[in-house]
Amino acid sequence: MRIRVWGSRGSIAAPGPDTARHGGNTSCVEVRLDDGQLLILDAGTGARPLGVELMRDPPARIDLLLTHLHVDHVEGLGAFAPIWSPETELHIWGPSSPMATLDERIATYFSPPLFPVHLSQVPATVVFHDAPVEAWTIGGARIVSSPILHPGPTVGYRIEADGRTLAYLTDHEPALGMDLDRVASEWISGHGLAADADLLIHDCQYDEEEYPNRVGWGHTSTSQLAAFARKAAADRLLLFHHDPMHSDDQLDVMTARVRELWGVGETRCSAAAEGMQVEV
Amino acid sequence: MTDAAQRNLVLILARDFASRLATPVFLVDPEDNLIYFNEAAERLLGMPFVEGSVVTAARWSNQVVAADDEDRPLSDEERPLRVALDQRSPSHRSMKIRAAEGTFRRIEVTAFPLFAHADECVGAMSIFWEPPE
Repeated sequence: MRIRVWGSRGSIAAPGPDTARHGGNTSCVEVRLDDGQLLILDAGTGARPLGVELMRDPPARIDLLLTHLHVDHVEGLGAFAPIWSPETELHIWGPSSPMATLDERIATYFSPPLFPVHLSQVPATVVFHDAPVEAWTIGGARIVSSPILHPGPTVGYRIEADGRTLAYLTDHEPALGMDLDRVASEWISGHGLAADADLLIHDCQYDEEEYPNRVGWGHTSTSQLAAFARKAAADRLLLFHHDPMHSDDQLDVMTARVRELWGVGETRCSAAAEGMQVEV
Repeated sequence: MTDAAQRNLVLILARDFASRLATPVFLVDPEDNLIYFNEAAERLLGMPFVEGSVVTAARWSNQVVAADDEDRPLSDEERPLRVALDQRSPSHRSMKIRAAEGTFRRIEVTAFPLFAHADECVGAMSIFWEPPE
């Protein structure tokens, strides 16, 4: 299994010279299984360049796994080139909601006045799926989704394929009301998804000074992420969902802090950056 | 992911809620095992909550002896928490309990099932109210 990061920024795209090394596009990760099967995690603005790349050799089927419907995770959908091709079969998976179906909620963004074209007008064949409660398979991958702590319906994903495990928990605040170092692992949101993952991609939006003023916003601080990764016994960690106000230099400091607190080196802990490819 | 790896998020949030209340709160899994109780409940039970522990249904019902207002012992099936689990509906009643210190107290108990999805009951929560004398 191989992943490529197309967007790792959180909240809103943040292009510019201060963010050029890690990139300014919002959440989007390409996952390729050994047999070539394609999975996409979230459709932030990083989905635009990914779509351009995919159209060089359009895949017959694309599976897009959305963690939630906040705009920074779906705003790239309208500029995702495959959706404008009638040859594309796009399966969109996302968290269920008691209030509206997945397609109704995506259409809230993908329709006037926020977007000029209505979702029902796109030429691709789009199939919507509520992320199942039980594990399911896409090609050779076993997928597990589970609700995680973040405002509104939100899930994380665990993808098991080719004997390896990828856990993707962006937009996650497991430390809300908890001391992660003291509570048993079974009581930690997202632990079941992340446990023993070969690669854990996880929210790290704030540093330790910022978090106290952002409690309940649904994100994780450096010290909390170190505690979460340690309890999950992840082999490798990518800090993700970078705050749009954080420069590359600030992200370097935050990454060093997580390494220090977790007690690992560069090979096991780094910050996700656009263009980064990781063999899981 | 296995069930043992992590509790359902509804239970995690219910525990957080309970930990902030001054009234005794008990949290059970679908098999009626006591998986969490807060500080006020610790005083009632006379034992501390131990992180990672589970109190089986049998031990938990022995720990808190319950009777109706006429001092007739309540069967397990008559306890509000069991009603909430068995009937998947809220339950409320007044009852007497013999708590850890050995004395009987009259209390009001409200219990309700916790549904993660419309068809998925992940446990139940009960709140004990001690009416003023």
